Formats: sequence, C-alpha cells, structure tokens
Amino acid sequence: MQNVDQFRDEKKVRVVLDELARVLTRDWTLMEICGGQTHSIMRYGLDQLLPRQIELVHGPGCPVCVTPLELIDKALVIAARPEVIFTSFGDMLRVPGSTTDLFQVKAHGGDVRIVYSPLDSLQIAREHPDKQIVFFGIGFETTAPANGMAVYQAAREELKNWSMLVSHVRVPPAMSAILEAPENRVRGFLAAGHVCAVMGYWEYEPLAAKYKVPIVVTGFEPLDLANGILAAVRQLEQGRAEVENAYPRAVRREGNQPAQKIIADVFEVCDRKWRGIGEIPESGWRLREAFRAFDAEHRFQVSDLRVSESPQCISGLILQGRKKPNECAAFGKACTPTRPLGATMVSSEGACAAYYRYGRRIGQ
Amino acid sequence: MCLGVPGKIVEIHEVNGLRMGRVDFGGVVKEACLAYVPEANVGDYTIIHVGFALNVLSEEDAQETLALLKEMDDLGAGEQVIE
Ligand code: SF4
Repeated sequence: MQNVDQFRDEKKVRVVLDELARVLTRDWTLMEICGGQTHSIMRYGLDQLLPRQIELVHGPGCPVCVTPLELIDKALVIAARPEVIFTSFGDMLRVPGSTTDLFQVKAHGGDVRIVYSPLDSLQIAREHPDKQIVFFGIGFETTAPANGMAVYQAAREELKNWSMLVSHVRVPPAMSAILEAPENRVRGFLAAGHVCAVMGYWEYEPLAAKYKVPIVVTGFEPLDLANGILAAVRQLEQGRAEVENAYPRAVRREGNQPAQKIIADVFEVCDRKWRGIGEIPESGWRLREAFRAFDAEHRFQVSDLRVSESPQCISGLILQGRKKPNECAAFGKACTPTRPLGATMVSSEGACAAYYRYGRRIGQ
Repeated sequence: MCLGVPGKIVEIHEVNGLRMGRVDFGGVVKEACLAYVPEANVGDYTIIHVGFALNVLSEEDAQETLALLKEMDDLGAGEQVIE
C-alpha cells in the first residue's frame, strides 16, 4: 500500500494510545491470536508503550509451534528416505522433533529443500519424475488456500510422485478451548487479520455472543494493532461483546470466497492435536477421501514412533496465554534460537523467539 | 510463514492453467498466484501468503481509517485545550 508508512507512524500510534488512556478505567487482559502480531508488538515495542492496565497475552497462532511432535517425527523419517525429496517452508527445518530436526536430516544426506510456495514443490515433482516429492503442508487458514491449491493442481495434472504431509489447524476452535479453560484470563481477542482475509469473520460471531468477549479483527502494522486494542477496550468498557473489524482495508465479513471454496473442496474438518496443548475437537483440516492418494501419511506408512518432548519446555502454557516466555527457566539459557528446546523458540512467529529477539529477557 | 506482506501487482499472466502475477514488495519482485483474486488488476495492492494473494487492499478503506484517526486526534487536541 502506498501509505504503509502512515500505518507505522509513531505520532499516529500515540494518538490512539492517548485515546486508549482516556477510555480506560480498569485492568484488561487481551490476547492477540497470531504469532505474526506478537512479533510486530515486540518489534515496535507496543507492549511497553501501552498503559499499564492493559496486558497482552500471546496466543497459539504460530503454525510451526503447534504442529504436533508426532508429525514432525514422521516428517523426519520420511525426509531421510533415499527416494524422497522433502520440501518445506524454511521455518520448519529447525523445529525440534523427539531426537533431531530436518536440518540434521539434511546434513546427513537427506534431500530436504526449502520452498517459498507449495507450487514450487509441484514444480520439483514435475522435474524429478523418478523421485517422491513430499510437501510439509502445515499452517492455519492463511496457508490453507495455497496448500489446497497445490493438492488440487496435483490432482488435475495427475502427478504420481507428489504428496503432502498435512497438519492444518483452524483458529475458532482454539479460541473456544482457551475461553473454556478454568484458568482463562482473556477478556477480549485481537483476531488475526490475515486469517480473516481468507475466512471472513462471520465464524467469530457465535463465539463473541456465547462467551461475551469482544473479538476485533486486527492488522499487523503498529497503528493497526493500536486500533485493534482500542476497539476491544472500548467495547469492554462499554460492556459490549461484538465482532468488530479494525482492519477494513484487508478484510471483509465474508472473506475470500474462491479460497474458501478450494479449502472446502480439498479438506474436511477433523479433530487435531496441538503441540503442547493437546487435542482440540474440530480444530483441524485433513485431506478429503477423494484426495487420499496425495496424503503422505497414507503413502508412507510410518508408525510406531515414540515421541518425547523436552521436559523443561513450557511452550504449551505459553501458547495458551498462561505463561510468558521469560517465565520459563530455560529461556535464554538452555534454550536459544540456535539451540531451541521447543518450537516456540524457533519460528519467527513463536513467542519465545520474539521475546528473545527483542530483548524481553526479564520476567515482568 | 504468516507474516503476510503487502505488495503491488506489476504483471499478470498464466502458468500451468493458473492465474499468476509478479508482485513488487518495495523493489523485490516475486512471482505469486493470483487465482484467489480474480478481480485484481495491475497496480492493485495485495497481501501475499506463501506465494498466494489473499485479497485486494482497499485504498478507500485505508484512507477512511486514517481519516478516523485524524478526527480522534483533533478531538483529543481540543479536549486538551479546554483543560
Ligand atoms: S524458552 Fe524454550 S524451553 Fe522455554 S518454553 Fe520457550 S521454547 Fe520451551
């Protein structure tokens, strides 16, 4: 956008924060769902500029962080096979499995390649008909249109040597799970703007009504985030609990219909385990029966894996907004981005990585 | 991978039966799939995630958000004067 600078303008952010201070009468805890927003908040120091009464807790919206350990271990086994070219978004390579990570598999001779788009993975399949190309299809509603299209194209072209290891997750059921937890402190949500760009925000209306929480569709620039926080606090102060769009230039209520159509054609809702959190009903997507031939779990029967998580890692509590990264004893000591113990220290969207990178070292 | 960034569509073409385009992110130009934004034209701004355009950014709505902010600012400044 030509005016992206205006959405980063500190003076403008201050106007919103002044207004926030004016409407505020008490403490409120809000959760930003998306790890990209957590990153933005730390990068621009919004957490330090906000009035003290506002606490932001960080949500589970980091696809790399919540991909179940079992699936990472499966990826590691598949990637090590000699006939396989394993393709993945770069973020996944350092994520610790039970004993190793994809980088190590690559260092030991596995053909592991980073791709920018799932379509690049299809291209590799076309160029290497003698190899099995596997794509690690993870993510939220934001990557589902891309991954869905890759499956759709593979089916259209009848590619015999391409499959996807799928672990797709959906935001609304995770929000319900957070709100249902007895220790929940979250009083309002900043909904992830780009998830809503795809899915719209009609899905959140029943949640806002049922749990009486404001849900504000929020963008990623500092001004967007400040506007989202202000909108949520205004609602709370006025006793309202509605879905509100504070990111209208990018999001419409109905979302992106062609993208939703491909998602619905290719995937079906399933229960899904979230790393560190556990199983959340109806919180995932898996390939529909018609696309079973492209399911890597089906193609490569990998079972009998024994998984083990680092006992020090509290990323599950962090992903539910119950602890902050700097409350973890390993943070910055046994666990750093170069030697991560948990997935939240790896990904650019992980809360531990954001705290480390932007120097939020001391517990607050 | 969810750090979707806005870019400007500078070219539209077709590859393997898919609507594709070249998108400029402040000087870095990348190929992206435009299948989900059939309404997009050259010159439009869009958010790209893992190589796919998810929307067309509305300039009008951006201006409106900034106008609301200006209103807030003027009101805020007014109050301060009264104080
Ligand atoms: S700092 Fe490391 S060990 Fe602690 S919760 Fe974060 S990822 Fe896990």
